[in-house]
Amino acid sequence: MTDAAALQQESVPMSKSTGRRTDMRSRGEPALWSLGGALAIGIIMILGFLALVFSNGVETFIPKPITVVTGIDGTVTAGEPFRSELFKPTPEDFAKASPDWQARIKDANGYANRTLYRMGNFDIYGEDFRWVPDFMAAKIEQPHGLVFVERMEWGPFVGTVKSIKVDGVERPFTTLDDTAFVKAHETARDRSKAIRKIERVGINDVNHALEQERLGLRKVELASGRNSAEYKDAEARLTGISAGLQQRYDALSADVQKLREINAGNTITLAEIGGREKTIEFSALVRAYAANDLSFAQKAGVYVSRWAEFLGSEPREANTEGGVFPAIFGTAAMTLLMVIVVAPFGVITALYLREYAQQGRLVSFVRISVNNLAGVPSIVYGVFGLGFFAYVLGGSIDALFYPERLPNPTFGTGGLLWSALTLALLTVPVVIVATEEALAAVPRSMREGSLACGASKWQTIKYIVLPRAMPGIMTGVILAMARGAGEVAPLMLVGVVKLAPELPVDGMFPFVHLERSFMHLGFHIFDVGFQSRNAEAGKPMVFVTTVLLIALVTLVNATAIVVRNRLKKRFAGSQF
Amino acid sequence: MNMVATLAPYPDTTFGSTVYHLKSGGSGTILDINDLCLWYGAAQALHNVQMSVEKGLVTALIGPSGCGKSTLLRCINRMNDLVDNLRITGGIRLNGEDIYDRSADVIALRKRMGMVFQKPNPFPMSIFENVVYPLRVDGVRDKALLEETCERALRGSALWNEVKDRLDQSALGMSGGQQQRLCIARAIAADPEVLLMDEPCSALDPIATAKIEDLINELAGQYTVVIVTHNMQQAARVSDNTAFMYLGRLIEYGDTEVIFQTPKSPKTQDYVTGRFG
Repeated sequence: MTDAAALQQESVPMSKSTGRRTDMRSRGEPALWSLGGALAIGIIMILGFLALVFSNGVETFIPKPITVVTGIDGTVTAGEPFRSELFKPTPEDFAKASPDWQARIKDANGYANRTLYRMGNFDIYGEDFRWVPDFMAAKIEQPHGLVFVERMEWGPFVGTVKSIKVDGVERPFTTLDDTAFVKAHETARDRSKAIRKIERVGINDVNHALEQERLGLRKVELASGRNSAEYKDAEARLTGISAGLQQRYDALSADVQKLREINAGNTITLAEIGGREKTIEFSALVRAYAANDLSFAQKAGVYVSRWAEFLGSEPREANTEGGVFPAIFGTAAMTLLMVIVVAPFGVITALYLREYAQQGRLVSFVRISVNNLAGVPSIVYGVFGLGFFAYVLGGSIDALFYPERLPNPTFGTGGLLWSALTLALLTVPVVIVATEEALAAVPRSMREGSLACGASKWQTIKYIVLPRAMPGIMTGVILAMARGAGEVAPLMLVGVVKLAPELPVDGMFPFVHLERSFMHLGFHIFDVGFQSRNAEAGKPMVFVTTVLLIALVTLVNATAIVVRNRLKKRFAGSQF
Repeated sequence: MNMVATLAPYPDTTFGSTVYHLKSGGSGTILDINDLCLWYGAAQALHNVQMSVEKGLVTALIGPSGCGKSTLLRCINRMNDLVDNLRITGGIRLNGEDIYDRSADVIALRKRMGMVFQKPNPFPMSIFENVVYPLRVDGVRDKALLEETCERALRGSALWNEVKDRLDQSALGMSGGQQQRLCIARAIAADPEVLLMDEPCSALDPIATAKIEDLINELAGQYTVVIVTHNMQQAARVSDNTAFMYLGRLIEYGDTEVIFQTPKSPKTQDYVTGRFG
């Protein structure tokens, strides 16, 4: 082998190994890292948010032990430890601390730990919460026998049970599980329910009937004038009827009064940690448990019963306690009504735009405008909804159909219907865009196949295009629902209230009251967290309500996705 | 629209007039295409096409890609109406009726013709509903009639024995060849006067293709079939008359045997011997 040949042979693999390697930038690896990193950050943020909300929301209803803290200055604080934090004590506080503590605080750069206790007993103390710095606590203990009492009014009571009175007779108090106690509580609650029923149904019916009669009279007055014979007749009739109604009302009131008197004879006397006593009726007692003596099963029982109350009953104490049932109901009713409006409206609009309208400048302009509508701040829709739907449309409806009720508005103010319409307007671009895309994705070959069979354009749309586009349309409706269910700002203008006295659906004709204002979970979160007197007490409710809202939205979306996938399956195996 | 862009450079003088040598044996003329010109926007896709289709025979349209054979076929049942900026002069008569007449009812017209497309396009419904779709859109509700029609059409497309036990299953679960025969069943369900086929075998494997070709041979006589095909052997096998088109013009139209063995036009000669196309 010649040298030249050897060299050549060697140089071949050489040239390969020393040849230019593809550098990292052109292989796109930094781009991959940043893309993956961005995704990871996004996922971490979402998971972190969900973890925060869920951990706080789930543990809120767990009964916590009552801790009694005796201060070095002799003050006694009893309550649930709520949270603790580092803080910088003021010089005066610092001076009170023991020398040992002072050194420790100095070591920690002047920071000390303090714990917030939920003391309850607002009616006695004038405050529910108290910060206790660690260095001020001489003794921390969790003694047996302390009870945590949830009340209808004034928030929880923390202390001990002194005595109970059943039907006016003093009875010795043994334990909270004592049958006498449980029975007294149950019967008192039943009486409260009975009172509520009389008020809600009986007295409400009387008031409603009276109002109807008054409105009837006013109608006659509007129709024939105050001096007409008809008016005189109607007035005379009203006097007769209202006398009858008054009798019914009096009878019902007497029943209520009787029950109230019995309730007044069934009381429980509680004492706070300092010994001051407070007597409340059994009927005002929601739940009582010996916080430091609970077995696991009892804790679970309290936990479940608190969730049941939260999901199934009405709020009390300015929404910071009790349940959110009216808000769940209002959110569901409003979203449902919105979908009923937005789905057909959006689909029909998209059908016309995509299938029938001459594609040209005007249609492009309309399309761009629709897309831009999705970017308008939602509060603007609220203002529009209030101005147009409530005042103009609602005002006209009132003037036409309910003149006798004026100046009290019926439809001429915010309500369920106007809220649903406002949100429908807000979400209709989502449905239109999704539907247009779904329609455009239907293969041309299928339309042609149908037309070639002698189907008209409308039949082709009805039998072929719409069923085939249905999964895509469903996606749009799901997105619209998710957006609508979580929207709060416009609703504050067009019908959501802090506390709605009645549900929009009840037993009173016509059963569905679209004009009524309603409660909403999103607004409830805002109200409890930021509008209530007692921000600290509301905070756990914010988390719980958020968990509920997320769960509801997830549930609704999951249902819709299942439906959509079922539809999709029908088209599986298609070759196009 | 690429295909028509290539038309422009050829001056009209390179083409002579169409050569005709039609095979008789049908029962008269069913379709009469008279001086048909068609423009997509400014580009002309069909130039003065003049041909008549014999009733009961199979007529094949052949020619290289972009020659306008599909466009011509789609003119016959006015599927081209869906295209924007389309202009047509001349006319087509179906049994003497001008289908491009202002008062012509396009939907009624399409009901008199069946069409089978290049790719099988079953609808996302059951096999039964696919076959009776033309009757459904016609408003037929009589269940017995629908079932009878379904069986007849499926037997007619040689599919009955394969699917008779699963008529209520989705048509999308069938094989490609079955789907195409289903589309043929759908096309003949309403008993059309003319069956139009636009390259019905181009998406199928050879075995499925052979089945469809057998089917076309069976349908011949019962229906008038106009078939567009890229496959010259197929045209030779299934058709009675063949029309050769080139760059939007009808070059030669007549007896299939003559076209493939002793074509009269040199262009046809070049094409059928594989010199271009």
